[in-house]
Amino acid sequence: MTASALTELAITILFGALVSGTPLLFATIGEIVSERSGVMNLGIEGMMLIGAMSGFATWVNLSQNGHMSSVNGLVIGLFVGAVFGSLLALLHAFITITLRADQVVSGLCVTFLGTGLSSILGEHYVGLVAPKPSNLTLPVLGSVSGEQLVLILLGAVIAPLTWYYVNRTRPGLNLRSVGEYPSAADSLGINVYRIRYLYVLFGGAMSGLGGAAMSLITDPGWVDGKTSGLGWIAVGLVIFAAWDPLRGLWVAYFFGLLRRLPLDLQNPALPFISTANNPSVGRFMDMLPYIATIFILIIGSREAMRKRLGAPAALGTPYIRGERGV
Amino acid sequence: MKRFFASHRLRIETRLDNPGWLGAASSILGVVLALIVGGVVLKAAGASDPIATYQAILKEAFGTFADWKAGFSALLNHQACPKGMLCFGPLSDTLVKTSPILLTTLACIVAFRMKLWNIGADGQMFFGAWAATAVAVFILPKTTDRPVMLAAMALAGILAGALYGAIPGFLKAKLNINEIITTLMMNYIAYKWLEFFVVVGPWSIGDFESTGNFPASATWPRLTQYVKSIPAFAGLTAHPGIFLGIAAAILLAWILYRSRWGYQIRVIGENPKAARYAGINLGRNIILVMALSGALAGLAGMNEVAALRILSGRFQRGYGFTGVIVAWLARLNPIAAILVSFLFGGLLVGTKLIQPQGIASMLQGVILFVVVGTELLFRYRVRVEKVDHSILPSSGESHDS
Repeated sequence: MTASALTELAITILFGALVSGTPLLFATIGEIVSERSGVMNLGIEGMMLIGAMSGFATWVNLSQNGHMSSVNGLVIGLFVGAVFGSLLALLHAFITITLRADQVVSGLCVTFLGTGLSSILGEHYVGLVAPKPSNLTLPVLGSVSGEQLVLILLGAVIAPLTWYYVNRTRPGLNLRSVGEYPSAADSLGINVYRIRYLYVLFGGAMSGLGGAAMSLITDPGWVDGKTSGLGWIAVGLVIFAAWDPLRGLWVAYFFGLLRRLPLDLQNPALPFISTANNPSVGRFMDMLPYIATIFILIIGSREAMRKRLGAPAALGTPYIRGERGV
Repeated sequence: MKRFFASHRLRIETRLDNPGWLGAASSILGVVLALIVGGVVLKAAGASDPIATYQAILKEAFGTFADWKAGFSALLNHQACPKGMLCFGPLSDTLVKTSPILLTTLACIVAFRMKLWNIGADGQMFFGAWAATAVAVFILPKTTDRPVMLAAMALAGILAGALYGAIPGFLKAKLNINEIITTLMMNYIAYKWLEFFVVVGPWSIGDFESTGNFPASATWPRLTQYVKSIPAFAGLTAHPGIFLGIAAAILLAWILYRSRWGYQIRVIGENPKAARYAGINLGRNIILVMALSGALAGLAGMNEVAALRILSGRFQRGYGFTGVIVAWLARLNPIAAILVSFLFGGLLVGTKLIQPQGIASMLQGVILFVVVGTELLFRYRVRVEKVDHSILPSSGESHDS
């Protein structure tokens, strides 16, 4: 194997990692922002699924029937996915912020509901023809999909923008204050409920967008349970990213790499470590992302103890105006 | 209408009393609302008549009175079930589904009582099924006596499940790692683990993606085996696993309400700070309760393989999640869980043949949502009250509800 062929292989694998990490990145950023406002949403998996299903269905109905070009259909599909994700999040917001029910249980509900709804409503879309990625030939990268490239760039821009918004702007300060000390924020005239609603909806939209990006661009098509636990991995990444969108970026890409690894290793061109002749080992490798999530949580918890990083102080507690507490 | 909204507002205040009827009321309300919402979704998904769909589910799950009557008369007259009647067939299928649901529900109940969110009953069940299979097919000889074999399988399932549950418990107790994520990740690890063994790996026989049939001693006896002496049992697959579930429910109820340990579990769940002041060891209890939770789920896995008589790549996922919902609907009461599990077993059986496929999980999601939403009836009183504008400086300002 020549050096140039190896470089090419490495670029393919890295590009693949960025591609498969980007939906995860969207969901992770959405959850970071939502948790920064004090609301934990464990419904990411459900919101991603409903986003993936609705986005794919939209694309199929729009472009397969010749109503519009495939690319326009993609954009609208992503948008619809985000809208449906935020609709589910609205339910979570109502239950946890207005009705003050337990955030953990409500988040689980969102996941159950999203899983069931996407399975019912998406029944007719299973296995339908998926959007074909267009091919671009670029220097260095070689032949890549244009849509995937745009998606990666979108993710790479959103992460620092979110960081800036959260850490350096006035609305970002309000967001953090609501998550750390809502009664103090309230006394300064910040509408705690409104802000929490807003960012929970944002989190839902990002999860829905991530799901739709999956079913439309990163691995096109719809099957039941498409996200296979990615939403839950995102919940874990938020903790490891220490609620920092920029850290979230790297962690999501790393997981993209891990998720692709079993696939990449099947490549017979790979020297020494190819699993092409050993499919049962490849099956074993499928466990990697899940094992890795547990491991980063272990590492993350030690680091958190050392650096005294912590969750937003009011995370998980409903705010009740006029009652004692944070 | 506009004037009504301007002069009234929703007020949520803390409830001081806690009437007993609320629990049952909110569970029933949850089911009713879920059926309504489910009907709307079914309509949207293209079903022509949701009520007919529900009736079909009910018939498929429990049979009709005519079926039961025919079944009873066949049983009394020592005859087979008349042709064209289902007799006890649906009930038997539902009972078969009830036992794994009940056991995973109990697994969730014991953990949830301590506010430990064990979402990994599914994985623990898979691991229990794997261990029970290892004992039945690969460790003990085929000629082992049935009681010995089943007991060994149950023990293996319990131990494997307990170990698999104790790991996230340990991580939670020692490193304060969120048990929701770890148990969930371990679900996927267990799925892949099982797939590795029975689909491509060392346990798969030929191209069947399974271990092949278990030796007869490693299976639950089914009612249909006694068809020679009782003809009405023809085709019924009901097995004694349900008694295992009921016994576990009673044992768990005893632990929770009558034993010192159960008291500690409930105190930690209600108020961990008070528990700590009272000298209850939180960390040890977290690990123990997660192990007990995993053990119950592992037993569910053993029960399921002994009923299926084979371990294949299509081993059913999702019982652990159904357990979460049933646990909540039963208000974390092990005895109530028996009844709710039976109803949910019916839901699973009844929706098996009905399109669209996801209806069971959607209904479960909606039920849980409504039950959680009405949870607030326990803690708060919702009141619509008149706003007296004469004491407010201006009516332009909106109010937070």
